[in-house]
Amino acid sequence: MTRIRWTLWAPLAIFGAFVVLVGYQLTQPAQTEVESAMIGKSIPEFDLKPAFADRPGLASADLRDGQPKLLNIFASWCIPCRVEAPQLEQLRRAGAPIHGVAIRDRPEDVAAFLAQYGNPFTRIGADDLSEVQLGIGSSGVPETFVVDGEGVIRYQLIGDIRPEHVPLLLEKLQELAR
Amino acid sequence: MKLLIFLLSLCLTAPVLAQDSMPPAPYAYRQLDDPAQEAKALELMQTLRCLKCQSQSIADSDAPMAGDMRHQVRTRIAAGEEPEAIRAWLMERYGDYVSYKPQISATTWPLFAIPVLLLLVAGLVLRRRLRARS
Amino acid sequence: MIPEAGLAALWLAAALAALQFLAGGIAVHRPQGNELLASLVRPAAAIQALLTGLAFLALLYVFSVTDLSVKLVASNSHSAKPMIYKLSGAWGNHEGSMLLWVTVMALAGGGIALLERRLPERTMMATLAAQAFVGLGFYAFLLFSSNPFERLPQPAAEGMGLNPLLQDVGLAFHPPTLYFGYVGLSVAFSFAVGALLTRQVTPDFARAMRPWVLFAWIFLTLGITAGSYWAYYELGWGGWWFWDPVENASLMPWLAATALLHSVSVLAARDALRTWTIMLGVVAFSMSMVGTFLVRSGVLTSVHAFAVDPERGSFILALLALYVGSALVLFGLRAGTISEGERFAITSREGALVVNNVALSAILGIVLLGTLYPLLTEAFDVRVSVGPPYFNPVSAIFLVPMLVVLMVGPLLRWRKDSLGRVSKPVLGALVVALAALAAALILGPVEVLPAIGFMLSAGVAVASVMPLAGRNVLRLPLATWGMVLAHLGVAVSLFGMAADSAFTKEVLVAARPGDTSEVGPWTVMLDDARPVAGPNWTAMAGNMSVSYRGGDAIHVAPQARNYWSPVQSTSEVAMATRWNGQFYAMIGDEGEDGRWQLMLWWKPFVTWIWYGGLLIGLGGMLALVGRVIADLKRRDIQRRVSERRDDAEVTA
Repeated sequence: MTRIRWTLWAPLAIFGAFVVLVGYQLTQPAQTEVESAMIGKSIPEFDLKPAFADRPGLASADLRDGQPKLLNIFASWCIPCRVEAPQLEQLRRAGAPIHGVAIRDRPEDVAAFLAQYGNPFTRIGADDLSEVQLGIGSSGVPETFVVDGEGVIRYQLIGDIRPEHVPLLLEKLQELAR
Repeated sequence: MKLLIFLLSLCLTAPVLAQDSMPPAPYAYRQLDDPAQEAKALELMQTLRCLKCQSQSIADSDAPMAGDMRHQVRTRIAAGEEPEAIRAWLMERYGDYVSYKPQISATTWPLFAIPVLLLLVAGLVLRRRLRARS
Repeated sequence: MIPEAGLAALWLAAALAALQFLAGGIAVHRPQGNELLASLVRPAAAIQALLTGLAFLALLYVFSVTDLSVKLVASNSHSAKPMIYKLSGAWGNHEGSMLLWVTVMALAGGGIALLERRLPERTMMATLAAQAFVGLGFYAFLLFSSNPFERLPQPAAEGMGLNPLLQDVGLAFHPPTLYFGYVGLSVAFSFAVGALLTRQVTPDFARAMRPWVLFAWIFLTLGITAGSYWAYYELGWGGWWFWDPVENASLMPWLAATALLHSVSVLAARDALRTWTIMLGVVAFSMSMVGTFLVRSGVLTSVHAFAVDPERGSFILALLALYVGSALVLFGLRAGTISEGERFAITSREGALVVNNVALSAILGIVLLGTLYPLLTEAFDVRVSVGPPYFNPVSAIFLVPMLVVLMVGPLLRWRKDSLGRVSKPVLGALVVALAALAAALILGPVEVLPAIGFMLSAGVAVASVMPLAGRNVLRLPLATWGMVLAHLGVAVSLFGMAADSAFTKEVLVAARPGDTSEVGPWTVMLDDARPVAGPNWTAMAGNMSVSYRGGDAIHVAPQARNYWSPVQSTSEVAMATRWNGQFYAMIGDEGEDGRWQLMLWWKPFVTWIWYGGLLIGLGGMLALVGRVIADLKRRDIQRRVSERRDDAEVTA
């Protein structure tokens, strides 16, 4: 008889667990971003040709030169990238080294974008096949990575850089410089 | 936030704005010459998730990033890599989310344990019901 | 005027539901002395049906004349829409579909009240009270949070609802078909609750419940079949099932309803499986409500996403917790006191149906688990994806034994039978199954699951017609024909699935006009790619001449279409259908070298998947008609017997 009792209450128990789970999830904001799983891992090997005539291309060796830096994944066709241009400029003026990776962009489009919104980049690589983007676990534009001197990814910021993110990024760079 | 959703809906109904103008990756829409390799690649692509879509495999999506992922899968299979190695490579970068085929791990073990449990419970129920009845 | 009348009708209906609930509840609790209240319950249900019907007609009216002073019409309709889509727009939105939900519930309640004569009075009161109880929550939801008749302060200049993707015949009728199914299951729920409350789980109760379950199940089967076909040709990648959360939300009630259908037949025929039937009755409608919740709340990501709103989700969750929770509590408290029914041996039809129940319930559990698992991990900030590579093999673990038992079950006698008696037909089916497997393996390399699929589809096909052997087919009850057809439909569908999995050929080619390609037995020539215009779109159409094994050329023209209001681009698939499969083509972008990206498929026997679904639905319809006719005949005989008895008493 006890066994029968147990199975009779099992559906209610399962249902209760379901209500608790979905009730909790309803209160949480929808999670639409895919985070990179490469945080704490080393940048993969790559060598991108220049995306812009006035800046050299980007290779993984450039990210292993001993200095922590920011890696900004962007594209001229990406609207939030325009929104974050002032923040990038602010970071550049504060002394943060910024390298850029242009996703699926023609040189002329990159040139037009930089002319209109400013050029905070020291180097810009052209990632026509999204290979580097896939390689570091980025899933969209714009994203900004903080990479330490040895080429290890330390932090990922998904979406455009907001004014409140600027001190955060500067702090991370300073931490890694020590 | 609206912009992010905008970009996310790039897949089956593509708004004309916010798209790149570059051609698709070489192997995004081109099959491998070896049918056996292509079959392996297709099978793998049907189980990898498009990261910018609501819920589609990269085989079914027209998003440029899905095309780039297909290019990666095909070129790697052509170079001799095993499908599971390519899946592992992608999961190393994006976590379990990118694979529609859950791998047994600390986060997914209930998915495999519960069917086994159900099998046991089903067996018990049947045994109790049918033995008692004969 | 009309919208306000509709709203008033809705309020009145809600008031009547409250009356039905209270009067019914009191009549159940204390039948003596409350005969007046009891007599109000049935009329309340009937008038409620009438009033909600009127409210729904009012909504249809405002949509048909595009009354832009109504907020719902302004957001979802457009004066330039064809009439059929204006009308289908009435239920193609949240508020309208909720109104459809309560209308079907009220119609079902009215139907039970007016047509059902087999139940003891007290059980009937309990059933109608339960139906009204559930209805009240949805009335509250509608009236307080999703009013379909809300007016705008100023009438809008034009409607906003001209989304071309939603103007499709399949999509227009997919919701009502599914809703008749989902909400029809509420009847089974109310019956189950009524039976639990009055402890009357009898064959008569099962016979009363069965036609309602059949009715709902038929609509669910057809709705899912239609939805699968719509996704196949509209979403344009040749897939027909992706285990997407919204798809699973429609499948889970169907699994429960199929198990319930079989269980209720056992209860009706043999007075066994009482607890199973009650539990499945509760679970089936619970799954309907869970499904409705999942697709509207936004907690799960889906390519079929509706307009989601967590606030609505919370309301539905509250209703869900109240109704399903209280029904399951009642089940836990009362089910133990349901006495065991008749006994039966392992090898008997009841035994086979127990296996069926257990297997379907297990598959239901797995689908639920796989659908909700990403939600669970998200609560711990981890994101996982669960898709076809998980669902297919894991559900196969339970599906395969179930189909093997299906090959034997319908041939077994009730109560006690021996495998030896049915060994000949079963062995015959097994031989055919193995032959089918061999044929498939010869035709080409086949993976494990499709191979098993071929085997089982052949075996089940043969076994499903076996019950006809040795019987006078002209005097066979319609319900038996229904069973045969439905099981045959399962086999046909399974064959289509296996053939599509195993033998689909896909060719991607960049072609210039004049180029020829081959896919499977088809030769495809791209004639040209030229622009084409429609009422609210322009497209590039790839005109192709395709021929099967060198036969006559057929002209197909897939399109890459661009709508301008709202701005959207879609892909229109072109298909050429034969009895043995479909040629399926899509056109992509033009490359820089002037070559067009073509995607061509040959999908052998893919249409059999949906033909099978239609057969299953047809089988259900035959069974329903057969049962209703048999019931009417029985009632007629009973009436005549009692009349004769009365006459005999008078003349005695």
